[in-house]
This record gives sequence, C-alpha cells and structure tokens, in this order.
Amino acid sequence: MDLKQLYQDIILEHGKNPRNFGKCENHTNEARGHNPLCGDQVQIFLKMNKEKKVENLTFQGSGCAISIASTSIMTELVKGKSIESAKKLIELFLTMIKSSEETKFDECDEDEKTKIMSLSGVTKYPMRVKCATLAWHTLSSAIEGKKQEVNSESID
Amino acid sequence: MKINDVKSQFPIFSKKINGKHLVYLDSSNSSQKPIKVINSLDNFYKNEFSNIGRSIHSLAVNATNKFEETRMSVKNFLNANSKEEIIFTKNATESINLVAHTFGQQNINKGDEIIISELEHHSNYVPWHYLRQTKGAVIKFAPIDENGDIIIGELKKLITSKTKIIAVTHLSNVTGTIVPIKEIVEIANKKNIPVLVDGCQSAPHIKIDVKDLNCDFYAISCHKVYGPTGVGILYAKKKWLERLPPYIGGGGMISEVGKEKITYAPLPEKYEAGTMPTAEVVAFNESIKFMEAVGIENIIKHEKELTNYALEKLKKINSINIIGNPKNKAGVISFTMKGIHPHDISTIVDEEGVAIRAGHHCCQVLHQKLNLTATARASIGVYNTKEDIDVLCDSIKKCRKVFELQ
Repeated sequence: MDLKQLYQDIILEHGKNPRNFGKCENHTNEARGHNPLCGDQVQIFLKMNKEKKVENLTFQGSGCAISIASTSIMTELVKGKSIESAKKLIELFLTMIKSSEETKFDECDEDEKTKIMSLSGVTKYPMRVKCATLAWHTLSSAIEGKKQEVNSESID
Repeated sequence: MKINDVKSQFPIFSKKINGKHLVYLDSSNSSQKPIKVINSLDNFYKNEFSNIGRSIHSLAVNATNKFEETRMSVKNFLNANSKEEIIFTKNATESINLVAHTFGQQNINKGDEIIISELEHHSNYVPWHYLRQTKGAVIKFAPIDENGDIIIGELKKLITSKTKIIAVTHLSNVTGTIVPIKEIVEIANKKNIPVLVDGCQSAPHIKIDVKDLNCDFYAISCHKVYGPTGVGILYAKKKWLERLPPYIGGGGMISEVGKEKITYAPLPEKYEAGTMPTAEVVAFNESIKFMEAVGIENIIKHEKELTNYALEKLKKINSINIIGNPKNKAGVISFTMKGIHPHDISTIVDEEGVAIRAGHHCCQVLHQKLNLTATARASIGVYNTKEDIDVLCDSIKKCRKVFELQ
C-alpha cells in the first residue's frame, strides 16, 4: 500500500489549514458526531436560507488528518449548494468510500471530482474509513435536524 | 531461558507484516503467545478434551486435574494463601464486575463512597458507576499530579466514614505509572476499607505478591500475561469470597437445588458457573511456566533497560511529547506529536510493520484530565528488543516526512 495514496497533498494541506473552521453566525442547523474508538469529535454548523440553500457551513472539532481534511473539503463542496444537491453529494461520497463500484461523477465538475477522489485512498485502510465518513454522516444529521449525536460505531 | 532466546519462542515473529518484520509494541493491549501455550491448546483439544468437574470418566478426571494444576500455579505465582482464593473468570473486566456487583449488593447503600483514581481504565470505573446508578453510591477520583503519579495525600483526604472500598490500578496503561499499592493498602487498612487492585498491566511485568501487598482483591487478564484469551483471574481474600453472595448462577456453582431452596458450592466453584474456558485455563499454566523460565527479575531488568532506551531515543525526535513522567515507570510509553494525530502516526508506522495503539486506551477520564482526545502508545513486552525500538523511532521519523514537517 502506498501511503501517498492515503496522504495526498490535498489532504495534508486541508489537514493543516482547514477551511470553514469555527462556529458560523445565525446557523439554523447543527449536529455533533463522535467516534468513540478514538474520542474524535466534530460539530457541524449549517445556515440554511429560505430557498433551502446552504448559505454557510462550518465545523469545529479535533481529529486526525483524514477526518479534518474530509470535513474541510466537505464544507467547501457543499457551501452554496441546494439542500437537494448537498444530499446527493453526501450519497456520492459515502458510496465511493464504501463500495468498490465505479463512482459516477456525472453531476460534479472537475474540481469537485478531484477533491472527492482525494479521499478515496481510505478505502484501502478499513480502520480509517470512519475517520473520513464521520463528518458526512454528521452533515446529513444536521440537514435532517436530528437531535441525537452521530456515533461512528452505529452507522454503516 | 535467556532473554535473547525469548523472541524465538513466539511463532508470530516469523511472520511478515506489510512485507516487514513485525515490531509488536502493543502488549499493553494484548500480548503475543509463546509456542508452548499454543501447543497446549492444540494438544488439549486433540488428545485430552473433556469438560471438568462433572463426569467421572478418565478424560474428565485428567482434564479436571490439569485445570486445577493451573489454579495451583496461579496461587503460587501470586503468593496467595490457598487455591480457594483463585477464581477463574472471563477476563479482568469480569473479575472487577464480580467484586463490584457482589460487594455492592451486600455493602453499598445510598451515599456510600467508592474511591478510584484518575488513572483507571474504563473496566475499573464503569462497574462502580453501575453502583452509582443502582445504589446511589458516590464515586470519588483520587487525583494525579503532572507526572502521572496518584497524589497519595489527596487520596487520603478523600477517605471518610462513608468510604466502603478503594479500587485502583497497579500499573497505568497510559502513563506506565507503577502505583504504590502497599502504601494505599496500609492507609485503607487503618480504616478497615478493602482495596481492589486492577492488575491487568502489572501481572506480566512486575512481581506480584498478594500477601505482601495485603490487598483484598486482585484482577488479572491472562491474555496480557502471554496466555490465551477468554481467561481472567480474580484473587480475593478467602474471608470475602465466603462472605459475599455468588455472582453468576447456574451449573457447577451449586451444592443442592430444590424447588424452595438452593445452596451453593464451596470455594472456588461458588464463583465459577457454567462450563469454563477449560483448554484456555489449562494452557495458561504454560504461560506461567514461561514467565518463570525467563524469571520475573530478568523480565523486569530487560523491560526497564528497553524502556529507558526507548524514552531516551524518542525524546530526541523533534516535537514528540511523552505523556507522564512517574516516579516508577514501566514499559508503557504514550506520546503525542505536534502536527500529527496519533491515528495518522499509527497508520504510517504500521506500513513499517510496527504495531502501536492510538486512541484514548479506554481511559477517557485520564485523557480529559490531560486535555487530550488521543495519544499514541508503544508498550513493551518481554520479547521486544533494542532493534524494535530503533525501527519504531525510524518509523516515527517517517511520519514527519509524510506530513512534510521539519
């Protein structure tokens, strides 16, 4: 296995300088995620406007390079999108991480595809998959307005 | 057996991990198994298998004898007074649960206090938490200082007329602190408070003499002592095992069963309900023989040398932070590195065949105290060598390279 596949430059860069870090003002939705195996935590803040568009998306938390980069990239990709597109993106990401099938990036532009693909290295490291997916599950929970904390051990 | 011959007794070290020689530094989690233990399991199932204590055929008699031989070896290993004081359980977690449940049922009432420490593994906290929930007990935490030592003066101050039991670890699985159990027992004894010791980490690494420690309960997980999984030990002073109610009910632990009345078996069977992990208990005798063949004094000396060597080398690596600097430290080295999360360290060193652990090591209270969510941990076993430590240090340096840190 090649570590460079896992720790691609884009991941290291986002891991060191996460985008959209902090609590955003006037957020309408929020959710917490927790990985009990390592104690990592993530908190997602989402500001949805009347047109059901993601006006702002930020996060707080601590975690490994994979989890911070995944969260940071997610906020960049989802910000400005409609809720429906956000949901599709979450599904696309989780499908890519979990299944060996060829992922269809029909609705993504090149930049989006590159960013999502940069995280595909974790598929070869089963113990690290949850590091990459926790934020996406937590975003899904924030969109749904669920009250319960997302626990990485109780999601697929 | 000479220390240099130890590694060759463990078949797993002839295997390659990610194409590299295995450098196993996760013995605090679980130890590898010497060939004699593996052969014993194999032999028992192939040639000697029977359930114990029930049937009177030859196989059953032989199996029962072997099972009881291990109990005798454990008694000698711990320097207990009698083999009735040695109870086989599933693991140390079950041993502690056994005490918390039965002692709690009999002796804990609303407002009664239990003292544990900030070093404790979840298995020496959660069972007592159940008593907080069901009985309204109060749990007090003896604090640690910045070195990771329990502040004995503060522990003393926590004792009141309501203190019913003190439960502490003998050796921290995060900081490697060797806790002065004898001193704590002496303090507790003056107030007639029993002491339970979580001996999970200490059993494979330091000399244990329960008579000298004078503790009331001592819990061990055999898989950490170069033995099979599925077996734990509870040592308890006979007076407690006689006085406390039984724990798990079923076959084997009864004397007579009627529609109205049930009486229980004498010790130690009173606490060993159902079919026990027979082959595993029998094989654990080989683990004790292995420890004795190497010699506990040699184990202590070897691991102390390795620990000092590792600490010295690790401290030289840029931006590494060793967690805790206790007065008396065993071969458990937890650390963090600026700019790299412990999970990433673990993944990268694994590529070099180095097995360490990353996370909170089932000690979230301790990590909260240290203001950390996770640490990386290298823990030493009798089979480790200086070369292992060299590979560990080189692989940690590689982490800095992967992360493009100076």
